[in-house]
Amino acid sequence: MTSLPAESLASSSLVLAGRPATRERLGVVGVEECGAYAVIRLERGSLDPGTPGQFFMLEAPGRVLPRPMSLCQAPQGELAFLVDPVGPGTRALCALDHGDAIHVLGPLGNGFDLSVERPLLVAGGIGIAPMPYLSEALGGPPALLGFRTELHAEAARLLPGADVVVEPRLVTELLPEDPGDVLACGPEPMLEALAALVPGAQLAWEAPMACGYGACYGCAIEVDGRYRRLCVDGPVLFGSAERN
Amino acid sequence: MERVRILNASGCLDALTAPDVARSLDAFVTKTVTPLPRQGNPPPRIAETESGMLNSIGLQNPGMDAFVAEHVPRLSELGVPIWVSVGGFSAADYALVCASLDRCDEVAAIELNLSCPNVEEAAETAAELVAASRAATAKPLYAKLSPATWDIAETARVVAEAGADGLSLVNTIRGLSVDPDTLEPTLARGAGGYSGPALLPVAAACVYACARAVELPIVGMGGVSSGRDALTLVAAGASAVALGTILFSDPFAPERIRRELEAEVAARGHGSAAEIRGRAHQLVALRDQ
Repeated sequence: MTSLPAESLASSSLVLAGRPATRERLGVVGVEECGAYAVIRLERGSLDPGTPGQFFMLEAPGRVLPRPMSLCQAPQGELAFLVDPVGPGTRALCALDHGDAIHVLGPLGNGFDLSVERPLLVAGGIGIAPMPYLSEALGGPPALLGFRTELHAEAARLLPGADVVVEPRLVTELLPEDPGDVLACGPEPMLEALAALVPGAQLAWEAPMACGYGACYGCAIEVDGRYRRLCVDGPVLFGSAERN
Repeated sequence: MERVRILNASGCLDALTAPDVARSLDAFVTKTVTPLPRQGNPPPRIAETESGMLNSIGLQNPGMDAFVAEHVPRLSELGVPIWVSVGGFSAADYALVCASLDRCDEVAAIELNLSCPNVEEAAETAAELVAASRAATAKPLYAKLSPATWDIAETARVVAEAGADGLSLVNTIRGLSVDPDTLEPTLARGAGGYSGPALLPVAAACVYACARAVELPIVGMGGVSSGRDALTLVAAGASAVALGTILFSDPFAPERIRRELEAEVAARGHGSAAEIRGRAHQLVALRDQ
C-alpha cells in the first residue's frame, strides 16, 4: 500500500477452479463514503471484472489474510467495491487513500446466471454490494432493498429506482405474489426466507474465506447434507439447494 | 549442488482447483487422507488473528478408497511429484492408508500427520505410528510433528529409530480466539490450529533442535512468507521448505519465494541455498569455541 516500484505492477494470471484469474497490484483511485459503507475504487489494471456475483480477494493492509468482496461497479478502467467496515480487515480497506495500492486476485467463484426472463433483484444490508453491477448487466430490472438503519439505507443511491425498506420492515414484505426470477444477496436469515418463498431463486451467500480459490476449506457451508466450499461451488447457489 | 525444494504444507492447497499453483512447486503435498471419508468440522472453521490465523477444518477428505481411485490419477497428470499426507486415529488406520498408497506408483512419498489431537501426546505413540506405517510401505516416510511437545528432538530420535526417512516440521500449534463482543470462541469447535507469520520462530527452533538430533532430511514449514523466512529455516537445518498460510493470500508465493531465496543466497556469496543448510549450527559452534 505504498508507492509502486515499476516491477510490482506486473500482473500474473492462472487458472483457478477451471476459470482464468489474475493477481495484480492495483492503485487506489479513491474511497468514498456511502452511508454506513464505503465505495473503494481501484484501477482495473488487466483484471477482468467477471460475471456479476463473482468476487475478488482484496489485500487488507497490515492483515494476514485478504478479504473476499463481490464487484459492485465496473466503471471504465476501474473496479469498485462496497465495503462495510465491521472488523480490522474491512476497516483497513476503508482507510485506503488515493495513491495507495493493494494486491487483488480475481474474478473468482460462480456468479449469477444472467439467462433470466423476469429478473427481480433483492438485497439486504451490505448484500447490495453486487447489485449495481448485476443491474447494469440485466438492463436495470426492478429491485427491492432492505436496511437496518436510515444511515445504511443511504447506499440505496447505488441502485436508483429501487424500492427500499428500513427495519423493522423486512425486504421480503415487498416480494410480489409472482416474483419472477429472484437474484438475491444479503444476510443468512433473509436468504433462508427467500429460499423457502422462491425455491428457484439465485442466492449469493457469504462465509469467512482465507484464500477464495479452494485451498483452505475454510468457507464450508452445508449444501444437500455435505460441506461444500462456497468459493468454488458458490457464492451464488440456487435456493433449491438444501442447506441444512 | 542440490537446490532447496519448495513444497506446500498439507491442507493449504488443492492441486485440482489450483493446478497452476501445484505445478509451481517441487512437490505437491495433499490434504490428509484417512481410511474413511470425513465431512470435516462445522463452520466457522477459520479466523484471522493479529499475527496469524486459526483453522479447524477437521481433516475433511474423501477417504482412502475414493482418494486412490479418483484423486491419484488426476494428481499424477500434474507432472509434479505427489506426496500424500496420511492421518488416522490408531496405528492400524495409518498402516491401512499406507498399504493402499504403497500400490500407487504415482505417489512419491508419504507424510504422516502425527499431530492429530488424539494421538500426538506421547513420543512412544508417534514411534508406534511410524513403525506401523513403515511395515506397510517401502515409500519414503516423512513424520510431521507438532511443535507442542516437551522435547521435539527426542520425538525426532524415536521416529527416526522407528523408520522415518525424513521429518516435516512443524504442524500448527493449538490456539483460540474469542469474538470481542460476545466473548464466544470464534471457531465452532473452540480451539484450532494456529498458523501464519507468528509460527516462524517456533518452526525454526524445532528445525534447529531436530537437525542436531538426527541425520534425516527436514522439510521446514511454519509462517514462511518470504525468501528470507525460507532462509531462516534452511540455516536452522531444513533441506526443503513448505509454504502454508502465505498461499492463501498469494498463489504466486512459490515462484516469488524461490526467486527471493536465490537472491538472498547470492547476496551472501553462495551458489545455492543448500550450501547454507545448517549454517546457524556452524556459527553457534564457532561462537562456543
